[in-house]
Amino acid sequence: MPVQLFERLRKFKVYYLLLLPGIVYYIVFKYVPMYGVLIGFQNYSPARGIWGSDWVGLKHFITFFYETPDSWKLIRNTLLLNVYEMLFYFPAPIVLAILLHELKHVLFRRVVQTISYMPHFLSTVVIVGMTVTFLSPQSGIVNHLLDALGFDRIMFLGDPGWFRTIYVGSEIWQKLGWGTILYLAAIAGVDPTLYEAARIDGANRFQQIRHVTLVGMVPVIIILFVLNLGSMMEVGYQKIILLYNPFIYETADVINTFVYRRGILGANFSFAAAVGLFQSLFGFVLVLLANRAARKYSDTSLW
Amino acid sequence: MKTSMGSRLFDIGNVLLMLVLIAVTLYPMLYVFSASVSNPGLVSSGQVKLLPQGWTWIAYDRILSRSDLWISYWNTIRYTALQTALTLTATCMMAYPLAKRELPGRRFILMATAFTLLFSGGLIPTFLVVEQLGMLNTVWSMVLPSLISTWYLFIMRTFFEALPRELEDAATMDGCGPLGILFRIVLPLSLPVMMTIGLFTAVTQWNSFFDAVLYLREREMYPLQILLRTIVISDSTADTYVEDGGTFVETVKYAVIVIATLPILCVYPFIQKYFVQGSMIGGIKG
Repeated sequence: MPVQLFERLRKFKVYYLLLLPGIVYYIVFKYVPMYGVLIGFQNYSPARGIWGSDWVGLKHFITFFYETPDSWKLIRNTLLLNVYEMLFYFPAPIVLAILLHELKHVLFRRVVQTISYMPHFLSTVVIVGMTVTFLSPQSGIVNHLLDALGFDRIMFLGDPGWFRTIYVGSEIWQKLGWGTILYLAAIAGVDPTLYEAARIDGANRFQQIRHVTLVGMVPVIIILFVLNLGSMMEVGYQKIILLYNPFIYETADVINTFVYRRGILGANFSFAAAVGLFQSLFGFVLVLLANRAARKYSDTSLW
Repeated sequence: MKTSMGSRLFDIGNVLLMLVLIAVTLYPMLYVFSASVSNPGLVSSGQVKLLPQGWTWIAYDRILSRSDLWISYWNTIRYTALQTALTLTATCMMAYPLAKRELPGRRFILMATAFTLLFSGGLIPTFLVVEQLGMLNTVWSMVLPSLISTWYLFIMRTFFEALPRELEDAATMDGCGPLGILFRIVLPLSLPVMMTIGLFTAVTQWNSFFDAVLYLREREMYPLQILLRTIVISDSTADTYVEDGGTFVETVKYAVIVIATLPILCVYPFIQKYFVQGSMIGGIKG
């Protein structure tokens, strides 16, 4: 038997050689870091490495939950940003995709699509840069407008009350158009005879949208919803790092940004890795649960 | 066919709504351009609303005379070129064997790659790996940690799987080995998917800033996005330009945004050509 197996593997030798660099990449940059989360249970010192550092058990987790005054604030901010995105961003591309589909003029439709996809390709730094300059209290156009209308100028980025609106608003502006792509693909896959049948049955336009178009989109909606639920603990922290400042940590500071400050800026590797691990595990469990729910209540699931 | 009143109204409302969407999307971008070529004083005082006022290239003059702009521009170009070349090569090398259904161990490798989508070691352990490999402050720290994207890998694999089997079989009969098939049959047929993934990789690398924040320490290595952040967001130019009455700061910000984004807008029409609708989902399932 081993000889046969060896023969079989030899037949595929070239394929395995081709796979090698990719496998090395996944091991070094994906699986070694997974093993590296162990430093969350250590007092890691770079000099002594992961094998030589002292084990401290759950100490860092306890520190985070019981001795870090901000821990609940970080979790709340992370979850709230996600909830707001679910409420205000998630439905938007669904609606837009339907409206695009209903446009009769093909050229006009193409123009709208081309323009609305564009912001997706702007960098995070550019998006935040535009946000910051537009909202600037002295020279930004938004405050000039408020001034002209007789309102007081607002320190948008110095007021914790505005952060979530700004964050979610800029997300919508950047991703609304791009978000329609998968939905449009789903609509394109709807059998055209269904519309005909619906018309013969006397369905009007809105009934057709509701019973044909929307129904055709349901699998994609579920998949994206599951993915979103699974990433409830993830936020666009790179954007937040550019956007926030200590004055608005109250609403803007999230788990990822905290991990970055403590770990990278503060070199507190073990503590930060522990907090990061808590977040990864929580997210992992969320995806599993969301997928299970999707499988139970519909025919669609991620796996 | 007779259209009802409600349907007509819906169409009109829909078109109007789309016009609003176009305006809301384009306005900020047009404003950035207009402000970059306007008189700085008029921009600061809010007199520039949509079109340029008091046309001047002075902001571009200022920004283009900075040597760090040229250094970081060059850095971004070389990081982007290297990343695109290596990512395409590595992804293709991995996707091709994985598209072979009879390859022993294929399922295990696919599961192991898919698992990285669900769980990751996170920021700190990844940082420590890059540090331990001695890559801090090198080009490699910009390129290797993001070498293969699992989504792109799956998209490419799905594409390879869909190629007609008979072509490969015929080539094998003619004495073509796996590499011969890859270069003579698979790659020539895969230009669309290569273009898509290549362009998206290039745009992502061009736009990325966080890896540079994490892994680069020396100014000479900084990519464009870091300079952009310094000028536009951190306000560090405030002291540099006050000699002109302090008003230059604003328009230089707009000018540097335009300069950093121009290449993206130039490739945008090409990217758009290659949007493969639905390929994203197709890649995950199956």
